[in-house]
Amino acid sequence: MMMTVADVEYVARLARLELTAGEKELFAGQMDAILGYVEKLRGVDTDGIVPTSHAVPMENAFREDEVRPSIGLEKALANAPHVSGSFFAVPKVIE
Amino acid sequence: MKYQPVIGLEVHVQLKTDTKIFCGCSTQFGAEPNSQTCPVCLGLPGALPVLNKKVVEFAIKAGLSTNCSITPRSIFARKNYFYPDLPKGYQISQFEDPICQRGWLDIPVEGQENKRIGITRIHMEEDAGKLVHGELSGPGDGSGVDLNRACTPLLEVVSEPDLRSSDEAVIYLKQLHQIVTWLGICDGNMEEGSFRCDANVSVMPVGSDTLGTRAEIKNVNSFKFVKQAIEYEIQRQIDLIEDGGTIVQETRLFDPNSGTTRSMRSKEEAHDYRYFPDPDLVPLVISNEWVERSRQKLPELPGQRQQRFIDDLGLPRYDAEVLTASRALADYFEAGVAAGGNAKAVGNWIMGEITRALNDRGTSIETCPVTPVQLAQLLKLIDTGTISGKIAKTVFDEMWQSGKAPQTIVEEQGLLQVSDISAIESIINDIMAANAGQVEEYRGGKEKVFGFFVGQVMKASKGKANPTVVNELLLNKLKG
Repeated sequence: MMMTVADVEYVARLARLELTAGEKELFAGQMDAILGYVEKLRGVDTDGIVPTSHAVPMENAFREDEVRPSIGLEKALANAPHVSGSFFAVPKVIE
Repeated sequence: MKYQPVIGLEVHVQLKTDTKIFCGCSTQFGAEPNSQTCPVCLGLPGALPVLNKKVVEFAIKAGLSTNCSITPRSIFARKNYFYPDLPKGYQISQFEDPICQRGWLDIPVEGQENKRIGITRIHMEEDAGKLVHGELSGPGDGSGVDLNRACTPLLEVVSEPDLRSSDEAVIYLKQLHQIVTWLGICDGNMEEGSFRCDANVSVMPVGSDTLGTRAEIKNVNSFKFVKQAIEYEIQRQIDLIEDGGTIVQETRLFDPNSGTTRSMRSKEEAHDYRYFPDPDLVPLVISNEWVERSRQKLPELPGQRQQRFIDDLGLPRYDAEVLTASRALADYFEAGVAAGGNAKAVGNWIMGEITRALNDRGTSIETCPVTPVQLAQLLKLIDTGTISGKIAKTVFDEMWQSGKAPQTIVEEQGLLQVSDISAIESIINDIMAANAGQVEEYRGGKEKVFGFFVGQVMKASKGKANPTVVNELLLNKLKG
């Protein structure tokens, strides 16, 4: 497995990260090392083993359908960089 | 060249729970923006989502009612993408192992008995927030985000690409709509977005078995628009191919104003959602016992009820279909029959007078002021000849207004049907005397004047004369 700069750019775009040319080179090498390490798992025989989706052996945590108070408009908007009326204000989203 | 359209539908069904899927915030529609939010649905760091059990129960009901298998162990996954209405940067959904799989609906198709439409899967997920444009009081022309809807429970019902025309798509959609509203798990309000549909449309040359490239059409929020959007899209693709172009896989937005679809560039990039199991939500294990308990509690479904109305009550298929349009309507009908009404007559009255009255007043069967028992009583008065069918309509209007029993109204207003021969004879004598010319005409062979006499007699009796008796006597008398 060889991580290329193009791979790094693709992942960076999905994560909305802006990287310098130097960082791209650096991360390509680091990601390559990480993936190469994980690659070792391919050597393990996993036939008949159910994929692990959760590390904790637990299931069925439910709540009943009962309304609990919301935190209120003021608190909800407290950390918003921009507010307009009761809305979070964001740059125009064009469909 | 002839083309065969291929259509698959993805339907989002908003579940009628009191609270959101992963937190206790209310799902009430129309509240002040962002007033129904908490750290979970705002996507604040450290908040822990906990699954609403009712959502699972509703999903199982939907699955069993559409012939799906219920997955014994299903998990939630994070679907990662950035959009301003998605506070966490991911949507909690199901990817591998959705709760319901491999079901179907049989839809009636013209010229065939039934056509089986496969349902690939039904999964649970949270809705995103709502974006508003151009309604902001603040500076600039930005968009506003309302997160009241964020985390509202949805079922996504994904069909196989088994639909072959816009009509089939609409029939399938209506049937699915009927089932979820019948089950009481969705209010079915398409305008408010409680039941919305994305359509995957492609075309291929007739006889081909290779599917064409598909476009996904979003934002179709009525049955009419689904038909319009699909038809437009089919024609657009055919025209493009005929002109030597190629279809690109893309998301297109339906514009109800122009009836056209257009490319949605904003959704084009990065269809790489990097799904992975959500570590905040533990696996959902549904035992056989749970499934069987749900199955026991399922109501008789519209299709089954239609068949019973046909088999046991002798209704024509059309009547059975109309009377099972909603569960409330079917319940009303059955209550009328249980109260002693003749099934066909009860059905006719519901489809006729009652529907008309409900439409005129913009109300629904749930609030019909005439009870099914009263309707049955009214029908009994007609059957026994106490009142005529014509007078029954007057009585019905009065029942609607006053809520009184039909018998009471008939007595109070003196509406009893007149079957007394001598009374009717005397009316006929008067009318023949007053219309000697028409009597001559009739006797001269112009038989359609008969209708005129019937009309006059009914009018003179204020509609109370028994029509059978009137006909008989008139025939005799006019012969001379």
